[in-house]
Amino acid sequence: MDITNNKSESLWRKGEPWVWMTGASLALTLLITATLIVVVMVNGLGVFWPANLQQLQMKDGTRVMGEHIKQEPMPSGEGDRAQFKIGNREINGLDFRWINLPDVTETTEPKDAVAIEREEYGNFYGYLTGVRAPGLEGTEDQDVLDLFHQKKEVVENLEHRIEALADRIQVLSKQMQELRLEDQRLVYNGVKDEDPELLDVRRMHNALREDFTILLNQQDELRAEQARYRLLLEDANGIKIDLPLSHVVRLYQPNDMGTGSKMLFYGSKLIELFLGEPREANTEGGLFPAIFGTVMLIFLMSLVSFPMGVIAAVYLREYAKDGPVVRLVRIAVNNLAGIPSIVYGIFGLGFFVYGIGGTLDQIFYPERLPTPTMGTGGILWASLTLAILTVPVVIVSTDEALGAIPQGVREGSLALGSTKFQLLTRILLPMASPGIMTGLILSMARAAGEVAPLMITGVVKLAPSLPLDGEFPFLHLDRKFMHLGFHIYDIGFQSPNVEAAKPMVYVTTLLLVLIVLVMSSVAIHMRNKMKKKYSSGTF
Amino acid sequence: MTDITIPDPVIEVEKFNFYYGDAQALFDLNLSFPKKQVTALIGPSGCGKSTFLRCFNRMNDLVDIARMDGNIRLHGTDIYSAGVDVIELRRRVGMVFQKSNPFPKSIYENVIYGLRIAGIKDKAVLDETVEKALHGAALWDEVKDRLSESALGLSGGQMQRLCIARAIAVNPEVILMDEPCSALDPKSTARVEDLITELREEFTILIVTHNMQQAARVSDYTAFLFEGELVEYDKTQDIFTNPKNKKTEDYITGRFG
Repeated sequence: MDITNNKSESLWRKGEPWVWMTGASLALTLLITATLIVVVMVNGLGVFWPANLQQLQMKDGTRVMGEHIKQEPMPSGEGDRAQFKIGNREINGLDFRWINLPDVTETTEPKDAVAIEREEYGNFYGYLTGVRAPGLEGTEDQDVLDLFHQKKEVVENLEHRIEALADRIQVLSKQMQELRLEDQRLVYNGVKDEDPELLDVRRMHNALREDFTILLNQQDELRAEQARYRLLLEDANGIKIDLPLSHVVRLYQPNDMGTGSKMLFYGSKLIELFLGEPREANTEGGLFPAIFGTVMLIFLMSLVSFPMGVIAAVYLREYAKDGPVVRLVRIAVNNLAGIPSIVYGIFGLGFFVYGIGGTLDQIFYPERLPTPTMGTGGILWASLTLAILTVPVVIVSTDEALGAIPQGVREGSLALGSTKFQLLTRILLPMASPGIMTGLILSMARAAGEVAPLMITGVVKLAPSLPLDGEFPFLHLDRKFMHLGFHIYDIGFQSPNVEAAKPMVYVTTLLLVLIVLVMSSVAIHMRNKMKKKYSSGTF
Repeated sequence: MTDITIPDPVIEVEKFNFYYGDAQALFDLNLSFPKKQVTALIGPSGCGKSTFLRCFNRMNDLVDIARMDGNIRLHGTDIYSAGVDVIELRRRVGMVFQKSNPFPKSIYENVIYGLRIAGIKDKAVLDETVEKALHGAALWDEVKDRLSESALGLSGGQMQRLCIARAIAVNPEVILMDEPCSALDPKSTARVEDLITELREEFTILIVTHNMQQAARVSDYTAFLFEGELVEYDKTQDIFTNPKNKKTEDYITGRFG
């Protein structure tokens, strides 16, 4: 028999084309992932770097000032066109403008050009010509930037006083709200108008309302005082703008900044991102409430789905008699993991929000109806919904981890006189812990990325307060919350000014990816530790 | 069948039948096991000797389809009667398995596992037990400096001796050994066999083995099972030198099995 072979066939026998194919498909997957991460990182990390301001002299005599965003060949093929962020929404109407570069006669980067982040109307680009403030007559020769910094401090002090008043107003309004609810409850319980208790409540309410009005007036006075501090600005074409100083979030001269001060600027933007509140319909400012909401949501979700899934898997693997029913349950659990998340969302809305929440309202807060208290979306209902969405993942991985433990170990423990429960807690669960952790990691990653079920169970684009704060009882599980995933959807696709929101979309995406990465890394680190400790070695 | 009378029996088996579902595995067994002696259970694969061994600490309870009738008495108490606490029974009848099965814990924790689950917390008692049990299992000198290391880092022979230490740490009366040397190399086997001979001073030992020489070396009595029935039971010396049954003779001389 001839054992030599012709060439083409031997190629197949060695299996090389197959190896190439497997390698290529792996490479493709990696490439897609890498591209995604690189795109998000490049766009996300660059957002906060202060770009230089360019002033363009146009052929028609007008001038344009803005940040260069991107450049591409014109559709007609005659030179390039460039997109500029020109800001000054109250003058220009739009933040962004395409400029045909052949129409530009001269491009400069004036050192004294200022960029201002404002509370309203987006960025301003132009020149600072003066500061107007009480007691500032006769100081025209002083440097306007110095004046700005001086007066900014004064305005900030005023702002602190306004905020302090706002806090007191909030406390008062909360007390008034409680009294109103008490009033409502008494009336609901059929108390007569002349009842002393009801009269008491109303008297207290009126007294509070007087205090409330006084505080509001004080606040208005401070605001009026603040409004006397103003910046005089001019845009590139010399149009004058009179801006209240209190609207200025940041004022900087990017063309005059060195790398060091740009880095400082970048750092301060990052701090604002992590710790600040969002501004301008979420397209500017910080993401703290959304980060907090996301992490807390995942944490609450794990708190429910982890024990539930582990205990269910323990029953399935250790106590239930193996048979067709158990096998059926296993298949069903596996399939549960594949149900579209929106279905869970609708279930959560129907079961948790309207079902349980609605029932709680009827029992505990009947006087407030039809205004729901628990019967509306909130972080508790959302995390419970996510918990039932992720519990199959925990069950499957725990079940498999328990199933992989050799029978000999179980027998060894039982033969020493352990109960089944001791066997479970002392031997089986520790040995299964790396597998259980894997399930937890997977479920956390899945939960962090879910948006659809949250949209109908309690996520909002702007939450007035965090679900955890210093106010008794500290943990407010009924509150609505913000979430990075929903934030992306909201500012990227629901914002009226999509172009201006784009940088924030990248930043939010990057942050969400980072949070998932950090949480998974911690869990993986813990799993590896456990693996080392409980690795089954040679059995 | 039982051709001898056992003077001071610890375990007595009477009319014992055992079934896996509809298949009967053990047929009408009647025999007793002597106190502080080593009794070997021998027989070809599938003859039911391991099943029989697992009846003494009711490990067969874990098998859903298992059922039995007849009596097994430990000091006169039927271990299958309603009032028997299986946990307590297993503390009095320890077991060493064919494959060593240390827990993924430290050597120390492995040895005192039986005490821990019994709720003993006194550190002095635990320390003393560890030393005594490891001495008893002839392992102390090898591991005394690394008691806190994982038991999974030991060699195969050490692991099996650790399992023996674990079994004797709870101070049982009877130790069941299910082919304890089948996965060990000759040197480790020799050590475990020496150990069995020493343990005889304190414990009643039942050992299942495939190795005729081993049965001859370590046991005082030998029972030969064939297809679920007890063929011959006698002093080891007698059974190996002068088997009364033709099947026994064929088996121990290696003609089948």
